[in-house]
Amino acid sequence: MEFFIISLLNGMSYGLLLFMLSSGLTLIFSMMGVLNFAHASFYMMGAYFGYTLSNLIGFWPALLIAPILVGACGVIFERLTLRKVHKFGHVPELLITFGLSYIVYELVQLIWGRIAVVFPPPEILQGAAFTIVNHSVNGLQFFWGGVPSELCQTTDAMIRLVCSPFPATRGFMMLVALLMLFSLWLLLTKTRVGLVIQAALTHPETVESLGHNVPRVFMLVFGAGTGLAGLAGVIGGTTFVTEPTMAATVGSVIFVVVVVGGMGSLSGAFLASILIGVIQTFAIAFDYSFISVANSLGFKLSEALSNNSLLKLTVSQVAPILPYLFLVLILIFRPKGLLGTREG
Amino acid sequence: MSYALELKDLRKNFGKTEIIRGANLAVNTGERVAIIGPNGAGKSTLFNLISGRFGPTSGEILLNGQRIENKTPYEINRLGLSRSFQITNIFPKLSVFENLRCAVLWSSGYKYTFMKFLSDTKDANDLAMKYMEMIRLDKKRDLLAMNLTYAEQRALEIGITIAGGSNVILLDEPTSGMSKSETTRFISLIKQVTVGKTLLTVEHDMGVVFGLADKIAVVVYGEVIAYDTPEAVRSNHRVQEAYLGSPVAEAQVGEH
Amino acid sequence: MSSYKFKPYNVGRWVIWSLFAIVLICAPLVFISNLSGTILAQMGIAIIACLSYNILLGQGGMLSFGHAVYTGLGSFVAIHALNTVTAGNANIPVTLIPLVGGLAGIGFAVLLGYVTTKKAGTPFAMITLGVAELVFAMSLMFSEFFGGEAGISGNRVVGQSVWGITFGPQIQIYYLIAIYTFICVALMYAFTQTPLGRILNAVRDNPERVEFIGYNTQRVRYFAFIIAGFFAGISGGLGALNFEIVTAEVVGAGRSGGYLLFTFLGGATFFFGPIIGGILMVLAFVLLSEFTKAWLLYLGLLFLIMVIYAPGGIASLIMMNLRVASFGKLKQIWVSYLALFVTSLVTLVGAGAMIEMIYHLQLNSTLGDTLIFMGVTLNAKGVDSWFGSLFIMLTGLGLFEAVRRQFLMEWGDIQVEIEKEIKRREAA
Repeated sequence: MEFFIISLLNGMSYGLLLFMLSSGLTLIFSMMGVLNFAHASFYMMGAYFGYTLSNLIGFWPALLIAPILVGACGVIFERLTLRKVHKFGHVPELLITFGLSYIVYELVQLIWGRIAVVFPPPEILQGAAFTIVNHSVNGLQFFWGGVPSELCQTTDAMIRLVCSPFPATRGFMMLVALLMLFSLWLLLTKTRVGLVIQAALTHPETVESLGHNVPRVFMLVFGAGTGLAGLAGVIGGTTFVTEPTMAATVGSVIFVVVVVGGMGSLSGAFLASILIGVIQTFAIAFDYSFISVANSLGFKLSEALSNNSLLKLTVSQVAPILPYLFLVLILIFRPKGLLGTREG
Repeated sequence: MSYALELKDLRKNFGKTEIIRGANLAVNTGERVAIIGPNGAGKSTLFNLISGRFGPTSGEILLNGQRIENKTPYEINRLGLSRSFQITNIFPKLSVFENLRCAVLWSSGYKYTFMKFLSDTKDANDLAMKYMEMIRLDKKRDLLAMNLTYAEQRALEIGITIAGGSNVILLDEPTSGMSKSETTRFISLIKQVTVGKTLLTVEHDMGVVFGLADKIAVVVYGEVIAYDTPEAVRSNHRVQEAYLGSPVAEAQVGEH
Repeated sequence: MSSYKFKPYNVGRWVIWSLFAIVLICAPLVFISNLSGTILAQMGIAIIACLSYNILLGQGGMLSFGHAVYTGLGSFVAIHALNTVTAGNANIPVTLIPLVGGLAGIGFAVLLGYVTTKKAGTPFAMITLGVAELVFAMSLMFSEFFGGEAGISGNRVVGQSVWGITFGPQIQIYYLIAIYTFICVALMYAFTQTPLGRILNAVRDNPERVEFIGYNTQRVRYFAFIIAGFFAGISGGLGALNFEIVTAEVVGAGRSGGYLLFTFLGGATFFFGPIIGGILMVLAFVLLSEFTKAWLLYLGLLFLIMVIYAPGGIASLIMMNLRVASFGKLKQIWVSYLALFVTSLVTLVGAGAMIEMIYHLQLNSTLGDTLIFMGVTLNAKGVDSWFGSLFIMLTGLGLFEAVRRQFLMEWGDIQVEIEKEIKRREAA
């Protein structure tokens, strides 16, 4: 039971991280039609900026400043290069962001090296946010914070004792993601800028002829989207690992999220992020394969079947491809995505 | 005897807005019909419904007696209906000749083949040449379509539409954006290239309408409120109310 | 940027193809070192791969981020076929193994292409990315087919040797590759002259209109995808024969990205562009990577610059200048070209020095602080080295910008003159 709860929470936190990233991506795509291939690169930049800044000025100031720096980089990039290729169409825009992803990857390796850097979370976020202890006699118990190790061990052979901590970093990630989601919603629906953005989402020329500086709005949206990615990067970098390949790992997953959720739909991205996050987290934890399940159910499998490499695969081994499998399935059965409205 | 094109109680909603609200029309083979109506009446939407760009909410569209609503554009084209676009929709990076040749490839039976060289597809090449001469762009044969003048591109647009050999032609505001002399030339071109075919054309220029059409269909607020000979339509009270009762329209009639 | 048509004379067609054949035949006789042998072989493979990629990108307007799936799977199937022959269970001559790869390419393209070509434009690109990741992730799961970490090895010296050809020596495998290259290039060129090829261009230019002239756009894309998959598989099969080992990275994102980068660099808008791209790809991977560790960074920057200023790639630059030359105007502008070249070189030197110093600091800190860059000793921790490099780079940049503006003015003037000349010739 506690395994289920913790895994669910872990999955949701990962899903919310995915959403932090894919929301920026969706926003940029909806507004400008540009699919920012380098979005995960900005995520990576956030992690590395956060790492360097937290070594200089501490984690909390870094948490604030790093995303702003990343957003500034996004704005500069948009102004200097992306804007120049708007007139060529969507393919060159995609190509430019593709080229940027290469450059960022190389620059990161150039400046910070090829191996992972140690980016520890601040004191207050180390350890567990809460712990669920499953005592076979006393039942489920809930403790805030961590639980001293003695409570997790028992010499009594009749008692089964499992401690499941929920990391504070993950909890913090969920908190930030939800806060961000909320403020995004507030911005888009309640402010004047948000109104302009919503209008420019579908009718940029009309909005421009009404006197709004649409290129400037685009630039700001790009900066905001990348800044969000940078924020996700600081948190992701400290929760997971900060290394040059982190962009590639998460990059393709967020594209899957965006397509599965439906291009241009924020709520679809949210749904898809949570879905993929939860399912993948659960999958990694399951060590069952078709064969082990069959065996435990009492079926006797033939020699050949038992050795079949496909059937020997455990769910946890298959976990990495699940998002992509999703993608293919969605495209076959529901090409518009879960909640998609635009045809892209 | 079935009509070339028939609309039966056609309706189309976009979200909650009803754009086409029960349109009925029956066009005989070989007729030239001009579709007129105020802006926003739904003329282009009708064309989009007929040509398959999107499907109706309800109602039927029949082409030569066969139901075509909800069919894809290419299925409808293969059944013998072709349309042009109000905003020029050609192949910009192909030459004039290539544009026309592409338009005849399917009807010439070449389909998806990659086993034949284009230089050997004599019938397609000859057809393309023929249409090129018809729309009088044979001197610009190898010019890239995006380098043509606006009027030349409109001519090419019509060329692509008729080159497939369809019997029912839909022209969406073919003369929009043209000068007076260009328009006059265009009307005679359209008359020439649509001999023996059924033609529906959306037009705003009254001179074009009265000079070209056998029948006029008046579309107002998503309905066909009149479908008759030009003279009858002119004196139709409802139509006069909705559309024709302006001195500008009267003046335009005298021009062409 | 407008595009122009420039048609060389038709007699030239025979000349060009013969020249191509002659180059293929004579190249290894001119470049005789062992390294050249393997480079030339790889070039042939890369040319086929990039041309097959351009069927999608340049001819069909389909941006794929996962082309390596088809070349890679072709490689794997080919090497498994080769091993089957070695084990005595099949009788396929080594010369036909690449065709086995091609058939595998068709098979996978039929299977995966159906889902991939359901969409166009940006969603298509993302689907290709997703499928590529799927296949790459699977490569870690199915070690029987993909060989796990070690990959799958094979031996191309198998079966009857005809006329003493065993395909053991590099030169023999080169000529096999050369023959395949010539045939594939010819076939792919022929494809551009067929109805399907032309309609594919129409789909690229205006997919909506194509539907209204009777064609199912999705079908057209699907067929093109399959054809591209065929040639990709052949390229993969040749690669399997050449290296005699296939590892999972052949279906990886890096390789797909490489195809995209270099096909675009070579020029997607002209048929011969990807040929240039393929050649550059091999040169960059094999030679440039030896010169400097920062080669991917330079490549990325070059790519960015090309997308903004020369989206037609090197091929378009060549054609534009050929056009200018044909009107006899090249001599007016060659001074500006020289200036551009010199100033960009200066900028590059400055930037390169700084980048090399950073790399040196990072990787070779045990070797001390000094490094040799282009014959000059630099102190990676010395302020003057840094200041000097920065100064050189900024000066180069500034001069380059000034020259560039001058160049653009002159180029514009020349274009105007050319237009006038064309009109004059038309009227005459």
